[in-house]
Amino acid sequence: MSNKDEYLLKVEHLKQYFPVQQGFRKVPLKAVDDVSFAIKPGETLGLVGESGCGKTTVGRTLLRLYEPTAGKITFDGDVIFDSGEEYDEKGNVIVGADGKPIRHKKIDENMLPYRRKMQMVFQDPYSSLNPRMTVEDIIGEPLDVHKLYSTKAERREKILELMELVGLNAEHAMRYAHEFSGGQRQRIGIARALAVNPKFIVCDEAVSALDVSIQAQVINMFEDIQKKLGVAYLFIAHDLLVVHHISDRIAVMYLGKVMEIADADELNENPIHPYTLSLLSAVPIPDPETARKSKRIVLEGDVPSPLRMPSGCPFRTRCKYATEQCAKERPQLTDRGNGHMVACWNK
Amino acid sequence: MSENILEVKDLHTSFFTDAGEVRAVNGISFNLEPGKTLGIVGESGSGKSVTSYSILQILAEAGKITSGEVLYKGEDITKWSEKEMQKFRGEKISIIFQDPMTSLNPVFTVGYQLEEAVLLHTNKTKKEARERAIEMLTLVGVNEPESRIKQYPHELSGGMRQRVMIAMALCCEPDILIADEPTTALDVTIQAQILELMQDLQKKLGMAIIMVTHDLGVIASMCDEIMVMYGGRVCERGTADDIFYRPAHEYTKGLLRSIPKAENMNEKLVPIGGTPINLLNMPEGCAFCPRCDSAMKICLKEKPDELQLSETHYSSCWMNIKKLYEAQEENK
Amino acid sequence: MPSLDKKQFLSAQVDLSKFNDASFEKATDEEKKQQDVMGESTTFFKDGMRRLRKNPFAMGSIVVLALIILIILVAPHICPYSYSQMISVNGCRDKSSANLAPFQYSEMEQDYIEKTGKSLFPHIFGTDSLGRDYFIRVIYGTRVSLSVGIVAALMVLIIGLIYGSIAGYFGGTLDLIMMRIVDIIYSLPDMLIIILLSVVLQETLTPVLKGTVFSKLGANMISMFIVFGLLYWVGMARLIRGQILSIKNNEYVLAARCIGTKSSRILRKHIIPNCLSVIIITTALQVPSAIFTESYLSFLGLGVADPLTSLGSLANEARGALQSYPYRLVIPAVVICLIVLALNLLGDGLRDAFDSKLN
Repeated sequence: MSNKDEYLLKVEHLKQYFPVQQGFRKVPLKAVDDVSFAIKPGETLGLVGESGCGKTTVGRTLLRLYEPTAGKITFDGDVIFDSGEEYDEKGNVIVGADGKPIRHKKIDENMLPYRRKMQMVFQDPYSSLNPRMTVEDIIGEPLDVHKLYSTKAERREKILELMELVGLNAEHAMRYAHEFSGGQRQRIGIARALAVNPKFIVCDEAVSALDVSIQAQVINMFEDIQKKLGVAYLFIAHDLLVVHHISDRIAVMYLGKVMEIADADELNENPIHPYTLSLLSAVPIPDPETARKSKRIVLEGDVPSPLRMPSGCPFRTRCKYATEQCAKERPQLTDRGNGHMVACWNK
Repeated sequence: MSENILEVKDLHTSFFTDAGEVRAVNGISFNLEPGKTLGIVGESGSGKSVTSYSILQILAEAGKITSGEVLYKGEDITKWSEKEMQKFRGEKISIIFQDPMTSLNPVFTVGYQLEEAVLLHTNKTKKEARERAIEMLTLVGVNEPESRIKQYPHELSGGMRQRVMIAMALCCEPDILIADEPTTALDVTIQAQILELMQDLQKKLGMAIIMVTHDLGVIASMCDEIMVMYGGRVCERGTADDIFYRPAHEYTKGLLRSIPKAENMNEKLVPIGGTPINLLNMPEGCAFCPRCDSAMKICLKEKPDELQLSETHYSSCWMNIKKLYEAQEENK
Repeated sequence: MPSLDKKQFLSAQVDLSKFNDASFEKATDEEKKQQDVMGESTTFFKDGMRRLRKNPFAMGSIVVLALIILIILVAPHICPYSYSQMISVNGCRDKSSANLAPFQYSEMEQDYIEKTGKSLFPHIFGTDSLGRDYFIRVIYGTRVSLSVGIVAALMVLIIGLIYGSIAGYFGGTLDLIMMRIVDIIYSLPDMLIIILLSVVLQETLTPVLKGTVFSKLGANMISMFIVFGLLYWVGMARLIRGQILSIKNNEYVLAARCIGTKSSRILRKHIIPNCLSVIIITTALQVPSAIFTESYLSFLGLGVADPLTSLGSLANEARGALQSYPYRLVIPAVVICLIVLALNLLGDGLRDAFDSKLN
């Protein structure tokens, strides 16, 4: 395949709807609605957005912890999921004469071999480790499942190697997870993800629950591991400063859709989408001088419920540039130069 | 100085647990001037929340103020009875919590809870209380307050709930508002709204705010004075500029180095090593010494005393005394 | 502030003379490490046991239960009487031994003692109206009641655990159907069914059981077990399903799925160990409730078949002679109370010590 060299992971028109019971009817909750992006080997893509924008769902759907509603996921040159729809250049599903979408063959690969190549680090260092297991067993579980050792000694050696890689003491191997602090627990979680030697790791708010001083330790470790092993990250977080620091490129999501993707520095210096702009200005800067000078662009109102999604552009209800066109038609991501993609009619 | 509205002197608070005495707050002193904002910043377990709970005396059952004074307008409120404290809380001093989801009672309407708060502390009639509730909701920027008061907490968004909480805390126009991580559970854009609102209300109503948070960004944009806590002790206190531009404690310096900001975006962060302190097993000397890169022999053995560096700036770090000592030696 | 003033202002606050160069030497890493020791390693189990040991009620209950179990195990080997036989002296039936008061000997026994000079084992609780030693009957009654309680609780546990785990873990339509079945069983009046079943089963089971070990227990007892097996597991199944549903949402289960762990391994390694404490606690609390039901049914005359007895049937038998021999009702009643109270207190203690939600 042509994109084998360029991209490690390619996501096209990914949709993830959850049925929600409303009275007697089932209504689809559009957690992720038509999201496309790609990640190169060894690259970090940051994914930011407010709670409920679907960023966590994107990560989990990629790893097939949820069954995708529609879309196509290509990983390492293999199509691991394809629901079969075809799209025109405007991003609409091509419909046949009978009103139903034209489909090609659906592809749904067995995930087990891919679980060795893509892994996940979770948000909550407290609930992501089984309190009844020792550190050795937690890190050893992926080795057990994929049978990555032949002798007990080899298993132990591998576990100790991983513990060293994430900066844990070998003498901690027999301790239980609840005896560790948040930062150390997160290290255990990372060692578990690294055990299968993956090419791609989804970091779902992996540093959000940690104290600032520990956060820096873990961020540095992510960067060191990337340098050493060449893994690619999808770094999901709501803290823009952290995401900016660790990411090569950043995607901004709002209500299940990607609003803007650009290089990390480019996005911070030159944001185009009005949502990105207000998001960036809302971040409290840890510097009193700048804080006194800068004026926040305070967004009015709240994020609409994903069950009552606005027509057209989802951001239009809070956007001061909104026009009639925004209500009528949904803007697609368009390239504004240097791979800076923005989905907005007016900017 | 009697102009301080609140003075805390050498406050000690402990929790008595199965595993032993946990000294959550270990000798804290600070002053709060009327109309000013004091930020208390620290990591989890630094004792910042316990400090604010101690002031209000709303500690959990196992917690106790073991010594120290909390002076409100010169009167020591730690000696007050529970009945006096009940009147004091809400009327003179209020608190808003981190989680707006759990701090409102889900079975009563927003209006009922607001009216309750008004009726509890004033002699107003029901009708007047309702008017006051609507007035307060308008003040905190809730649109259509007349219809909102009939809604239940779950019908409101997180930001709205936090606004209602602020309205409830401010309905008796207290002198002091304690905000315990008020925006941690909120999204950045909503956080910006709430912070803006708090600043506006402070200008209008003139109350003093104690802002308890771990977010240095929030602290920088909100506070006049800052107190940095670690392991139940004050590391350093001073004006925002003192702390951010002239940090004089190794912990504050480390903290400022470890956060990502515009200047270090493409460099590696400099983290503070080690793990957070175990309150059950406090070091003999400075609480921060096991994680401190410049720890000295004396740091391990003796607690540093607070040194006044300038009119506004206090710090408890042996490094400052070392500097003085070296200067003196040179003069010899 | 001029710089000199500032220096003086600072120096005035500290007495620098008490320091020397050595105080400001850099601390070594080892010295720093000494300050930062990790607490002693405790497992969840050890931690819970520590809390349990601190609970005086739970520890008292353990002592009481241990004593009762010791007595019912040892006493039949020491006491020379049988629960089913009238007292006999020298192989001769002792007709005068009925309704003896505690520690009283019958006429025949007194004769025997006088003649031979040997001592006889005393009738600690006296004898019943058929001349059987009442102490040994209470011992056997306790044995039966306790085993009924334990067996019933284990049956409830096994059925409830399997049913609840399947419904909870796989969820969806399967869960819906399985839980509606539970609802139906819940709505059946259990006492009525026990009584009906024991009447029906008595006729059909008695000939079948003849000659087997179960015949000693009698058809009533067997039907009671069947009813426990059929009806009482629903509470346990519901509880376990609820536990599994909440544990299933933990990120470590998601992490295990992410690794590619099979469902059976996730259930075995991640889910069951984490609801084990709740399961043990509920089972411990199930034992007294089963003992209670058994006693209640035995009191109604639906319990074990004579001559075997249980605490409930002993109390039932004592009813007739309540005026003359009130202690015959009081003794089994007190034993029931002791066992049920001790088990309940122990169950509560276990919950306080091991239930993570309360800690």
